[in-house]
Amino acid sequence: MIRLEHMSKYYGSYPAVIDVSFEVLKGEIVGFLGPNGAGKTTTMRVLTGFTPPTEGSAMVSGYDVVSHSLDVRRHIGYLPETVPLYLDMTVSDYLSYMGQLRGMNTRHIAERLPKVIDMVRLGDYRDTLVGKLSKGYRQRTGIAQAILHEPDVLIMDEPTIGIDPVQVVETREVIKELGQEHTLLLSSHILPEVSMICKRVLVIHEGRIVADDTPAHLSDRLQHTERIELGVRGAQAKDVISLMRDLQGVIDARTDARAELAKADPGRISLLVDARPNTGASERIAQAVIGKGWGLITLHPLPMSLEEIFLQLTTDEETGKQP
Amino acid sequence: MKQIQVIALKEIKTYFASPMAYVVAAAFLAITGFFFVASVSDAFSEATIRGFLAGAVFFLIFLAPALTMRLIAEEWKLGTLELLLTSPVREIEVVTGKFLAAFSMVFIMAVLSLFFVLVLYVFGRPDVGPLLTGYFGLLLYASAAVAVGLFASALSPNQLVGLIVGSGILTTFTVIDFISDRLGGMAAHVLNGFQMGASFSVFDLKSFGVAQSGHFADFARGILSVPDVVYYLSITGVFLFLTVLVLEIRRWR
Repeated sequence: MIRLEHMSKYYGSYPAVIDVSFEVLKGEIVGFLGPNGAGKTTTMRVLTGFTPPTEGSAMVSGYDVVSHSLDVRRHIGYLPETVPLYLDMTVSDYLSYMGQLRGMNTRHIAERLPKVIDMVRLGDYRDTLVGKLSKGYRQRTGIAQAILHEPDVLIMDEPTIGIDPVQVVETREVIKELGQEHTLLLSSHILPEVSMICKRVLVIHEGRIVADDTPAHLSDRLQHTERIELGVRGAQAKDVISLMRDLQGVIDARTDARAELAKADPGRISLLVDARPNTGASERIAQAVIGKGWGLITLHPLPMSLEEIFLQLTTDEETGKQP
Repeated sequence: MKQIQVIALKEIKTYFASPMAYVVAAAFLAITGFFFVASVSDAFSEATIRGFLAGAVFFLIFLAPALTMRLIAEEWKLGTLELLLTSPVREIEVVTGKFLAAFSMVFIMAVLSLFFVLVLYVFGRPDVGPLLTGYFGLLLYASAAVAVGLFASALSPNQLVGLIVGSGILTTFTVIDFISDRLGGMAAHVLNGFQMGASFSVFDLKSFGVAQSGHFADFARGILSVPDVVYYLSITGVFLFLTVLVLEIRRWR
């Protein structure tokens, strides 16, 4: 439903998003996670046709966002970060206006409106002026406009930002329910929120995608692993892997596909070893390799940029919870 | 086409829901009423709307941008512009819809001012020709003024900037003869060609400046000339086009 291929977006010479490629399949709920300023909003703006990419391409529902912008816009529901509301309209007036803008006819709107209002639990407020609603209810009005025209793809930018904790929980519930019917891409800078709602997480940092995984794997990897790059000569890959897996402190070992691709030395095996931090795993790995009589070429702890991101994410969660 | 109508109707509704439209309409009628009265209260004065037109043309410099200043600036400030530009609506449809809404408000103001014409018919025998061309010219003039105001509103999320820039552009088009008087020759001729309405001679209650210079002069006299019509339509078209351009540039920013 969503496909980005080598998409980059520059503001002047400043790169907001660099060479991002990913695909979201029909029915998937994908979280787009990253600290503030990582490029989440820019990516979403490209997908919604608000701003064109500088390089690469973006497709939504099979339409290119540049050449078929209007078709793309017909198939998406979008909730920008600042909830776009006309404060001097009532909830139902606002929603029917948005419906008309999306080309819905009056009968279709009359049919959808009660359903949508029900879905986001705004029943008691349909004739209230949007300007008089609390932030949580404004957010729901924003969600309602995004789903009113039954879009294929739903794109939400920080849907729970700036609402009080009780309403955050309710809003998450609403979003979770929506995920059952829509393809959903949702951005957040809060890891626990994403793990609660999404089945897949894309982590973006400084304009680049740095991880694409399930939330469970992601937090595991982030919290409990140290990654080591290992280069060995004179052995079979499966032997080295099984040896590594037996070592104390090692979680997993696998061949490093990237290093294998680029390898110049045919006798060399490149592995990535995930280990528990501060257990002396590196030393044990070195001893084990040498003990077997293999050639130890590299043993190199990889800088885990994800870790730094994770730190930022968790600190943001704490500060974010302050009312 | 349908989206233009949807946007225009929404904006008109918003006008009537807020005090702005009423304030602008009241100010318009009060000010032009003063000019109208001043121009016909003399026992020997002609039964014309030239005084009304002089006041209308001059004060629309401020009133038209006051009507349009909200239209795009507020969408920008509220963030609804992002919604509008990610809806299946073209920029030109957004701009046209908003233009039509503001123009309708001026049209309603013009209809209300027909009261002055009624007064003329009660107390005298006005000439029909100048009445018709006068109103026709006023609407053309207003469409140009509204287009300029809309353009100014697209420049910043601050409504006040829209009001000041819009009035500034319209004032420049109006007082262009002050500049051209000092230039002479070809340059003066070209600049004069751009003059929108009469300049400050409007405050000379005896001559009522509309008759003297600018593209509005002939309409006030009862003359319908093609260059004048083309001039106002061009200003309207050019500024609507520039507004669309500003919105499109914002996408790339």
